[in-house]
Amino acid sequence: MSFDVAAIRKEFPILSQTVDGKPLVYLDNGATTQKPQVVIDSLVNFYTQCNANVHRGAHQLSDEATRRYEKARDQVATFINAAHRNEVIWTSGTTEGINLVAKGLAQQLEAGDEVVVTEMEHHANLVTWQQACLQSGATLRVAPIFDNGELDLDTFKASLGPNTRMVAFPHVSNALGTVNPVKELTAMAKAYGALVLVDGAQGIAHGDVDVQALGCDFYAFSGHKVFGPTGIGVLWGKQSVLEDWPVWLTGGEMIADVTYQSATWGALPNRLEAGTPNIAGAIGLGTALDWFSNLDIAAVQAHEKALIDAAMTQAADIQGMRLIGTAPNKIGILSFVMDNAHPADIGFILDRQGIAIRTGDNCAQPLMHRLGINGTARASFSLYNTLEEVSAFFAGLRKAQTMLG
Amino acid sequence: MQLPSSQEIVEDLEFFDDWEQKYQYIIDLGKALPRLDDAQKTPERLVKGCQSSVWLVTSMMDDKIHFEVDSDAVIVHGLLALVMAAYNDKTPAEITAFDIDGYFEALDLERHITPTRGNGLRAIVGKIQHLAAQHGG
Repeated sequence: MSFDVAAIRKEFPILSQTVDGKPLVYLDNGATTQKPQVVIDSLVNFYTQCNANVHRGAHQLSDEATRRYEKARDQVATFINAAHRNEVIWTSGTTEGINLVAKGLAQQLEAGDEVVVTEMEHHANLVTWQQACLQSGATLRVAPIFDNGELDLDTFKASLGPNTRMVAFPHVSNALGTVNPVKELTAMAKAYGALVLVDGAQGIAHGDVDVQALGCDFYAFSGHKVFGPTGIGVLWGKQSVLEDWPVWLTGGEMIADVTYQSATWGALPNRLEAGTPNIAGAIGLGTALDWFSNLDIAAVQAHEKALIDAAMTQAADIQGMRLIGTAPNKIGILSFVMDNAHPADIGFILDRQGIAIRTGDNCAQPLMHRLGINGTARASFSLYNTLEEVSAFFAGLRKAQTMLG
Repeated sequence: MQLPSSQEIVEDLEFFDDWEQKYQYIIDLGKALPRLDDAQKTPERLVKGCQSSVWLVTSMMDDKIHFEVDSDAVIVHGLLALVMAAYNDKTPAEITAFDIDGYFEALDLERHITPTRGNGLRAIVGKIQHLAAQHGG
């Protein structure tokens, strides 16, 4: 198998759009990825052919909706190599997945316990733990990074100890592109018997996530960052951990028996999925993961590496451009600041040229402060981007420099 | 350069047929709009967007409201100049009567004051309108 970017682009209808008369150059994939036609069709087909609530099986439509919805759970389990399908919990996205774990853990933490995160966290994997610690009296420890955006492994290891209950870190940093050594970090945490949660929001779309091989307890990700719809995500957790994890949301679907004064909880996965789920979203995500799995992942990764390598090379030729995040193991993300040009200004000028990037604090204010900046401009790449688009981005950037200079 | 009136800005911008000229004009307006001293940029005057920050200083001058503004981004400062042309040294009643959304639409810049842009501009407009309402506008 191989990878033909021109053919792939044809599967994404939005990519042929123009913005202000210029071809869209979509480089905001860290925020959300575009959707292939097959995913869009799966949403339309669901609402056209079998919209019904699931697990209420009194009629044919509901049976069909349930079948497709539960098939999507199987598709996720296969994609991340979960040991059991009931380890796949539907959420609205990464943030909800992390909250489900953090709110549960907060009930069990006490003063003296420690939670370890890193300096490179997105707010979703920081504020959640910070609040769990504030509520419970536990201590939040923040493992430092080097100035290049790489995690300081020695200090990370030294942050761990017998009181460490939870260690949470990103697979890939959304602001810096740093790829963390998940297996190694997990092994360090497991030496102290701590639970490990991996924020997979940015990691999931680059292929090769095998939760059993990683050894972590939780892996959370969002559907929309891996070519699926918004509003659907997955919290994967080890069955042995999830089985008696404290329930966070209560209501329909998640119960076994209910009286006016008491209730008992159902079995996994339903016990952690209160209320009517995002049925169409789940089906769309299953479709997206199947679509992604059918690509030649090694060839996709080689293409993505060629994109970021080209970007790093061209960046070296731009005067006054400083890259934020230059860890040796880096993927998909080019964050930067410019002398004499605010990221927002760069974003405005690129936008007018049809080039979509992110500007600002990247939902990581403490990380920005740690790096001594207020924010960055961030171009983030996906498998459907081309080398021509990388060059178009730099041409746009030079224009921004000229206009703002 | 002397800051033009809101009507003059609408006419000036209509004259340009490409985005580069238009944005260059906004950048130049931003350069012409005085900046605040660092001492004036206190936390209570800061309106923080996730992309850029703006500061707003207000004072009453007889029956009119006087504003001074600043932004850390050049284009946002230029967009603030557009807002100032509409609002600065006007009475509360004039401020309340001004159709700011229509103005930005006429400038074909409405994208920049949607609540989602995170550049603080919409928040500044909201603060100014609120202040005018408090003063009977």
